[in-house]
Parts: sequence; structure tokens; C-alpha cells
Amino acid sequence: MKGVRFWGTRGSLPVALTAAGLTDKLRGVLRAARGQAIATDADIEQLLASLPFALAGTYGGHSSCVQIDAGGPDYLVCDMGSGLRPFGQAAMAQRAGQPQTFHIFMSHLHWDHIMGLPFFVPAFIPGNRVIVYGSHREIEEALRRQQEPPSFPVGFDTIFEGRIEFRHLEPGVPHQVAGLTVTTMLQRHTGDSYGYRFESQGKVLVYSTDSEHPLADPAHTERFVQFFRDADLVIFDAMYSLADAISVKADWGHSSNVVAVELCQLANVRHLCMTHHEPVFGDAAIEAMLAETRRLEEITRTAAPLRVSAAYDGLDIGL
Amino acid sequence: MQITAQSFADTIVVSPMGRIDHRSAAELEATLLPLVGQAAERRGALVLDFSGVDYISSVGLRVLMIAARQMRGAQALLSVAALQSVVAEIFTISRFDKVLTVNATLEDALAQASDAALTAYRARP
Repeated sequence: MKGVRFWGTRGSLPVALTAAGLTDKLRGVLRAARGQAIATDADIEQLLASLPFALAGTYGGHSSCVQIDAGGPDYLVCDMGSGLRPFGQAAMAQRAGQPQTFHIFMSHLHWDHIMGLPFFVPAFIPGNRVIVYGSHREIEEALRRQQEPPSFPVGFDTIFEGRIEFRHLEPGVPHQVAGLTVTTMLQRHTGDSYGYRFESQGKVLVYSTDSEHPLADPAHTERFVQFFRDADLVIFDAMYSLADAISVKADWGHSSNVVAVELCQLANVRHLCMTHHEPVFGDAAIEAMLAETRRLEEITRTAAPLRVSAAYDGLDIGL
Repeated sequence: MQITAQSFADTIVVSPMGRIDHRSAAELEATLLPLVGQAAERRGALVLDFSGVDYISSVGLRVLMIAARQMRGAQALLSVAALQSVVAEIFTISRFDKVLTVNATLEDALAQASDAALTAYRARP
């Protein structure tokens, strides 16, 4: 397992940078450029590299989709949010004309995690295979339903012509998929969600999104600590502040940056990457939350440092 | 973790000492919530003196949220006072500084609770 690439990092609903938001960024960049050398392309690159990510970049707007580079010829993906569309385009460009196999692991079946499939062009191409894995029994039903009239103009069978297969993953049972050992675990979320632990050649990746953590249940905490144990990377739903997650947004099925750090510290995780960003948060808010989370890790650290990142569309993390 | 409680006029001051983490939060909950019940019943105030707390985890913050909700339901005041710098940062990062009343010192918290509470505190032996 070589690493991951994020194609969709926004929670609940895709968002787009607006014209006003872009103008704000340009204004900030031009202010930062005052008095700086910008005569050459190299000068410009140097200036851009010095700017905060929230100013020179954007966390992006697609809903959940994360590609795993397992080192083999097949593609592996977690969730089919709207990020599945650009992933599919990239896969088409990378290996055009060759039959491809896609293994897709479903955390759950809420709209933001399945909406990319009708726009996943590789599944339209004869010769390609798409194998959808998950621990819900209703995966096929949910994917077919979103393409029924009046919700979508083209039916499931019409465009996929039998190229999509479904495999059930029994929670807690290790399965072998494309060279990885894959284990799922039930998470707390309306309609249930499942976390994934991927293991290969001594590397461990955990994908745990749309998961609420009841703080008063030590058995729950211990279950997650064991699931995260010694992971090289944990991709974690840190959608809300802790105060919101346990008050006005209690039972909404999501978690916080504070719980993310605590669980990863307890489990001796090396790298935490927060994702499923709240759609109302702008880039500056996510960047501020990242800085605060890194500070929390620093002031509460009792063992080896935990690296903390915030996912954005296009982010690559090596394992 | 050690927890002591004292009354000053209509106000109860609860003073935990040490770390409030996933191991000790249950002890805080067991001690604090009956006192919250008492304070809420007589619509007095409850002040958490955090001068001796050097760490609080999410599980501990949850206990404060429950206590604050109970007090709010009884239209009674709960405040937290004298946060150490690390704990103050945890309050900010978790946004608990937005949902709880936080005072810089215990005297500030007692003054906010009632004149009688502050007077009684200052008159302690």
C-alpha cells in the first residue's frame, strides 16, 4: 500500500468556491505580493509557496471519495461521493483503452456517499469491472434507487449493463481484496456506517467517516482504539467542534477534531487526516481548525507525535 | 483525582484536582451531578474551580455539558473559573468557551453568582 489520494473531502453536500470567494483570495494574494519580486515564473512560484493554503488553494468541494494506491494494477476507492466523477476521469486518462477493475468500498449509503456513481464514466465502458464492497445489505438497492425516475434520467441497467458487481463484507472478518486485508467495523450513524481497516505489507490505513462517538461509553472507545491501533494513517470524520457534536448536533452521526486526536493518541496512530468538512466552513475556517487541532495534539501529547492534516480535494498522502 | 466541594451562601464551589480524562471523568460525574441537582433545586449557582485541573478530555467536557444543561434548565448559573493555560486552550479548541460561562478567577465567578457568595468567600477563615 503506497498511499491515498483524496478526490472528495466535503461532508453532506458538495460545495464550490464562489466568484466572491475567489475574488477575496485574489485580493489577499495581491496584497501579499506587494513589494515582492514577481518578475519571473520562479518568483511567482516562490511567492505562492509562501502563502497559506487557505489563500493560495482551496479545500475543495466534492463529497467523500478517497483512492487507495495498493501498488497493483486495480483501482481501489472508498465511497462514491461526487469526487468519484473526477477520479473516474483521471483513471480514464491514465489507462485509456485498457480494461480496468475498480474495487469500491462503501462506508454507508447516504446520498453524499453514493451520488458520484451515475457520473462514473469508467463504469459505462465495456470491458471494465466495478466491484462494490460493503457491510450493508442494501447497497445494490440504494444505488439502483438513486437512478430511478423521477430522480435521474438514465436507469442503472441502461448505463452499467451488468458491469457492477456486489460483495458483502461481514463486519469483523478480514477479507482479501486486491492484495489488501480489509476489515470493517460498525460505526454509530443513522442507518449505520462502517469503518475500514486496510492492511498490507506492514502498512495500516483506517477510513472512518460518518461516525459519532458516544463519549460516555468506554467499551465503544476501546473498540475504536483497537480498530485504529498502530495505524499509519487514520482518515477521520471531524466535521464539528466538540461542543456542537455533543449538544446541538448530538445524534447527527459525526465527530470532532478533539475526539479524533484523543482516539488517535490512545491508539498510537502516526498520522491523522481530518475529512468530511462541514459544508458551511470556508477555507480559512478549515485552516484555523487544522492549526487548533495541531496545537491540541501538541499540548496533550504524552507519547510519540501524531501528525495532523486536513484533507483537500487532490491531496496525496504517502504511507 | 481529588474533588472537594464547599458552599458560600447560595453558591456551591466544586474543586477538582488533577487530570480529568477517560479514567477519571466518571468520578467527576458521580460527584458533580448530585451537587448540580442541589444547586438547581434551590436556583443557586455552582462554580467549578478549575485552578487545580491540568487536563480535561472530551469525556470530562461532556460531564460539564450535562451539568450546564441541567443548571440552564433550572435557570441557575454554572460557571467554570481559573482555567490553567492548557485547559483554557482545550476549552477554546473544543468551543466550550462558547457554551459555558468562564471566569478568569474564582472571585470573579463568585461575584457573578451573587454578592452574598463573594462576601461569604472573602469572610472564610
